Amino acid sequence: MVAVNSPAIETHDLRKVFGKKAAVNGLDLNVERGEVFGFLGPNGAGKTTVVKMLLGLIRPSGGTGRVFGISISDYRVRERVGFLPEHFRFHDWLTAREFLQLHADLYHMTANEKRRRIPELLELVGLAPHASQRLREFSKGMLQRIGLAQALLNHPELVILDEPTSGLDPVGRRLVRDIIGDLRRQETTVFLNSHLLSEVEITCDRVAFIKRGVVIATSPLKTMIEGELTVEVQARNLKESVVQGLTRWSQNVRADGEHLSLTVKSEGDLPAINRYLVEQGVEVYALRPAHISLEDLFIQIIGTDGGL
Amino acid sequence: MSVLTLARLTFREASRRWIVWVALILGALFLAVYALGFHQIQRDIELNAGRTSLLERSEMYNFFLMAGLYVVNFLNILMAVLTSVDTLSGEIASGTIHTLLAKPIRRWEVVFGKWIGFAAMLLLYLLLMAGGVMGVVYLETGYLVPNAVRGLGLMAFNALLLLSVSFFGGASLSTLANGVMAFGLYGVAFIGGWIEQFGSFLENQTAINVGILCSLIIPSEAIWKRAAHEMTSPLVASLGFSPFSSPSVPSPLMLLYAALYTIGALFLAVRRFQNRDL
Repeated sequence: MVAVNSPAIETHDLRKVFGKKAAVNGLDLNVERGEVFGFLGPNGAGKTTVVKMLLGLIRPSGGTGRVFGISISDYRVRERVGFLPEHFRFHDWLTAREFLQLHADLYHMTANEKRRRIPELLELVGLAPHASQRLREFSKGMLQRIGLAQALLNHPELVILDEPTSGLDPVGRRLVRDIIGDLRRQETTVFLNSHLLSEVEITCDRVAFIKRGVVIATSPLKTMIEGELTVEVQARNLKESVVQGLTRWSQNVRADGEHLSLTVKSEGDLPAINRYLVEQGVEVYALRPAHISLEDLFIQIIGTDGGL
Repeated sequence: MSVLTLARLTFREASRRWIVWVALILGALFLAVYALGFHQIQRDIELNAGRTSLLERSEMYNFFLMAGLYVVNFLNILMAVLTSVDTLSGEIASGTIHTLLAKPIRRWEVVFGKWIGFAAMLLLYLLLMAGGVMGVVYLETGYLVPNAVRGLGLMAFNALLLLSVSFFGGASLSTLANGVMAFGLYGVAFIGGWIEQFGSFLENQTAINVGILCSLIIPSEAIWKRAAHEMTSPLVASLGFSPFSSPSVPSPLMLLYAALYTIGALFLAVRRFQNRDL
């Protein structure tokens, strides 16, 4: 029944209705093993509801969901999953070490595994000096770090992070990004639920946009961005004939005094453009590739109404 | 194994949040006051030893012992509700439950684990308090209560019944609503018990029936009456009326009902918790 190569996450027509309101409305999602998947959408789009259904915290009203080919209603699937919840409220009367011990016990880890894994994780998230401190005394950032450690205890094959960097200072964000990078190298699947688009832009391989409980677009991030590269040039001595010559790289050239902008197919064109301009006697002060930002894309796909 | 992990966690939480220690300190205070009071009374009884027979004296000891156990029973019920009232609803409201349940653990394991943790604590508390009361009387006078083990067992049963009710409330309601429900039910049982007692004293069948009806709504007072009946000496019982025991003794059938009630409440707690979106 369980296919060897079944995707990390696979939902079909997944639904959740709260009262009369459909929070998730027939969601079809496919996350391959080993990819870092960004799940984007405005607040209230149903992202957290989807995550909670994947983890068995909320029972779907209809449809199916599978994680590694196992139904999400089977608690055993969570042996292979790590989860950092959004509000990271933990038993704050425990110390950091005790907290990890508790959750290691819930993962049925042996005493040996715990002895090795817990100090390793405390080190990884930079909390080793605070191992004996109660979580009550932790700052928001420290709580998120210990929550992250908790999500990695069992060497999960799938890590689900619900808004992992909101509320973190830049150092904390960098840590999350580095950990996601490590996970990617270990071919761990990461499901990142976030509205912080810059984070997603840096870390994710593929993104899905969700609005009113349905996926309205799924796309690999790289090609999406590479297809739309804008180059901003600041230069003096720009002649009309030189601008005309640029059309061999771009159909979309706009010149305005000392400012020039054009859209190209790939970053690989940039050195040639620069060489051409210099050879034509143009004094180039700056040549900047500007990716279309995920934020622009987000607004383009979701709409300015924010899906409300 | 997850059940044991949760039971341990419950114990640790009670200790970390000072619940265990406050209960122990005030329990010790209660026993100290009881010992002091009993010592004074016992001295008066001894002074009048010439005018009372050994039998009469032991009846008095039984009366004071039952008074102590009556309070212990009340405290035990109070503890059962107060300690557990927010264990499910509180974790749901704060969101700590999310991290727990995202683990390979079934929800019934969480409910049973917590229940066992609280049950163990309540049994220890009861043993300490009731054992303390019995110990004070024994050390002062050498008097041993009849059927002590059976009586203690019934008192423990009473705590477990309220514990299960509080779990059912916690799986369905907010912490405050659960507390109001549990104590509201206890109030019904309490007044029902008294109505039944007066009813049987006055031989008023309607009053007795009201009492029985209350016991069906929640049989906690019935269990206490059975416990008191077991531990009351026959002569005190034959006096017919005492605030701490009762002439109308709940039948074994009522005890069976109470057992089913306890299991049913816990079963419903598991079901409600299992079906909840968290």
